[in-house]
Amino acid sequence: MKKIEAIIRPEKLGLVRAALDELGIRGMTVTEVSGRGRQSGITLQWRVGEYKVEFLPKIKIEIVVLDEDLGKAIHAIIRTAKTGERGDGKIFVLPVENAVRIRTGDEGESAI
Amino acid sequence: MISAALVMLMIPGLALFYGGMVRRKNVLSTLMMSFILLGLIGILWVFYGYSLGFGPDLGGIIGKLDWIGLRGVGQEPSDIYASTVPHLSFMIFQAMFAIITVALWTGAVVERIKFSAFLVLAVIWFTVVYCPVAHWVWGDGGWLANLGALDFAGGTVVHITAGMSALALALLLGHRKGFNEGEPMEPHNIPMVVLGAGLLWFGWFGFNGGSALTSGGLAANAFVTTTVAAAAATITWMTLSWINRRPSALGVATGAVAGLVAITPAAGFVEPIMAIPIGVGAAVVCYYCMLFRIKRRIDESLDVWAVHGMGGMWGALATGIFATAAVGGADGLIGGNAMQLAKQLAAVGAVGGFAFAATWVLGKIVKETIGLRVKTDEEIVGLDIAQHGERAYGGTMP
Repeated sequence: MKKIEAIIRPEKLGLVRAALDELGIRGMTVTEVSGRGRQSGITLQWRVGEYKVEFLPKIKIEIVVLDEDLGKAIHAIIRTAKTGERGDGKIFVLPVENAVRIRTGDEGESAI
Repeated sequence: MISAALVMLMIPGLALFYGGMVRRKNVLSTLMMSFILLGLIGILWVFYGYSLGFGPDLGGIIGKLDWIGLRGVGQEPSDIYASTVPHLSFMIFQAMFAIITVALWTGAVVERIKFSAFLVLAVIWFTVVYCPVAHWVWGDGGWLANLGALDFAGGTVVHITAGMSALALALLLGHRKGFNEGEPMEPHNIPMVVLGAGLLWFGWFGFNGGSALTSGGLAANAFVTTTVAAAAATITWMTLSWINRRPSALGVATGAVAGLVAITPAAGFVEPIMAIPIGVGAAVVCYYCMLFRIKRRIDESLDVWAVHGMGGMWGALATGIFATAAVGGADGLIGGNAMQLAKQLAAVGAVGGFAFAATWVLGKIVKETIGLRVKTDEEIVGLDIAQHGERAYGGTMP
């Protein structure tokens, strides 16, 4: 089992979700986050003049997948979240030791 | 003048009412469309709008430009309108009506209209649709005024005009991206909607009460009918919502506005007790019109047509049914004067039809020239950032 943490552009969430849906990956946790990478901040307006926001709004998607689904899931996220511009985000993959479904007590791969 | 100030407060109230109902990425854009009209229409009204609406009659259709730039509109009362208050007071009271009427139909175009196109549309719509209709119904010599159609405070001029125009614009503009795919268009701040509805209710006392144009018995009648109708509609909407599922806060706020819309033309013509059936009817009519609109999958986003268009029509017809000569000098159907209902029907048909058709043509012209919609990318990102370079809720957690 692997955990995918994908930081993406907020406006891409709908497309990414649809692509993961097609792979049968339905369970996910989505958080609004702020962060920065290589993309410089965006400039917003104040009453007069402007100010720069250093931490940009992003969406973090967390999903846990079976090892054999990992490649497909990552590919689906890249395909739908990519614009080619700076600020498209990152994908991190982490090993998962165990998973438990609270309702039933199921453990391991059957719990995801 | 106090009434004008009360009506002025309805405009930011409406901004909050609409602003809470859109998604978070479009709240500033929605607020902005109402607020900027305080500037834009405020100036145009003084410059030429008042003269087109209320100036010396030209064939019952429009006012002449004799009062351009408020020439001849001064501290003395007018000989025609509101003989108890300075002419300037009447003029500025009417200015607020013009502003809010334009602001009302912004509910149909939220989350996708280009701000520049909106400004252009607002100016020509105000000039070509609002000013003539105001003249027909309220102007001295206006053809609907001569016909004897009753509209105490603007059910026809304000609400039917705005509601039918909203429908035309929504059809021209098309649905928001994701609307047909069943994406949730979740209101981002319902407390804001409830606060907005509260401010509208408060301001409506000026809207209706002030339309008596003098303090006294008639103003009191309008004040009381206003709150009674809103109360009845609020309770009715709660009941409908409860029967369907649960009593909804968003629904109750909408119900209050529906009741206020429907009593607007009737406030100074019906007895206070008759405001109850008018309010109940308003909630029922608007509730089912809204369901119909959703079923037809028309993205008239914030239901301006259902609430103001159809609520306004119900109110105009209800005025023809429930009016009593003892209150406002005219009897309706119940008082044995069926003709009044026919006159109301004529006014509703003429104004509704004209507003829809004229708005369609104007919208089409803007669409074919500078375009009405933002780009798809901008719509996805949200109009606040894309069109205004601002976001409503900034800041990051430290």
